[in-house]
Amino acid sequence: MNLAASEAEAEVATAAAVAAGHPGFLSPTGVEIVFVLVGLATLGAALVTVTTKQLVHAALWLVAALGGVAVEYLLLTAEFIAWVQVLIYVGSVVVLLLFGLMLTKAPIGRSPDADSGNRWVALGVALVSAATLVTLVVDAFRTTWIDLGTSGGPSTQGSTRVTGEALFRGWVLPFEALSVLLLAALVGAIVLSRRAQDDSREQQEGQR
Amino acid sequence: MHLAYPAVLAALLFSIGLYGVLARRNAILMLMSVELMLNAVNLNLVAFDVWLREELHTGQALALFTIAIAAAEIGIGLAIVLLVYRNRGSSDIDRLRDLRERSAAEADEASDDGTGDTASVKATNDSGRQTS
Repeated sequence: MNLAASEAEAEVATAAAVAAGHPGFLSPTGVEIVFVLVGLATLGAALVTVTTKQLVHAALWLVAALGGVAVEYLLLTAEFIAWVQVLIYVGSVVVLLLFGLMLTKAPIGRSPDADSGNRWVALGVALVSAATLVTLVVDAFRTTWIDLGTSGGPSTQGSTRVTGEALFRGWVLPFEALSVLLLAALVGAIVLSRRAQDDSREQQEGQR
Repeated sequence: MHLAYPAVLAALLFSIGLYGVLARRNAILMLMSVELMLNAVNLNLVAFDVWLREELHTGQALALFTIAIAAAEIGIGLAIVLLVYRNRGSSDIDRLRDLRERSAAEADEASDDGTGDTASVKATNDSGRQTS
């Protein structure tokens, strides 16, 4: 009796999935398998980034996590953003972070005081946030299916051409405003990190 | 592909970044965790853009803008951290508590001996002189 009921339930579930136009979670496609594997690697690298005691290793694991996110963009057919991610995050942001670590004379070996005392509170907050968000998004998007366009030839959704046309047709004004913001940030960083003229002179004389 | 996969991955990545921001003590490690959180947001934007397939590609454009803003943020943030390090000799954010609210007893003690505060006051003056 129970068996028959569960079989009927499974049939109903399959029928509902077919009606929605996509397979269920139990029969993943190849892209999904790769996505989950790369996602696990990304999460592992991110976890090591926030927990390791060696500061330089944290920056290097951050490269792995950001590179994993770039691969996920590729799997979601957003090619242009994937390469922008590699160029800007892996190429420049991590290098900047490494420069920062070196300039603040970060210890090369293990530094036991990398984590502050409220680690357990932070762990609790993160677990609550993860549980809430995961429950919410799974409940909301359980039946939503992304059509990656793999069946009908190569997808052009995230190619450079499509992204560029969208960017320079619909988003020109925000784009230009963003360039002004970048200029302001550049000038601000220079002003902040510049030593005052007399100050540097005093220090040079002091070194002699 | 189910939309749930990228959404769950982004939620977990965001939570890991949240843990890092709250638990790390070094300011640069905190900036790294902020980068992780921004990447989670970008992943969501891209996934929803691919799902919705709209004409303007709002999600991808916003993801590009977020990447640019993150680059600006990391530049300014590192400049501030370096300035703090130059003035204080450490980038430990647990020790940057000059602006905290004090109880009345603490304030009395501080005004009584005053030895602990002269260094920080001097550092504040230094930073004011350097940035002006």
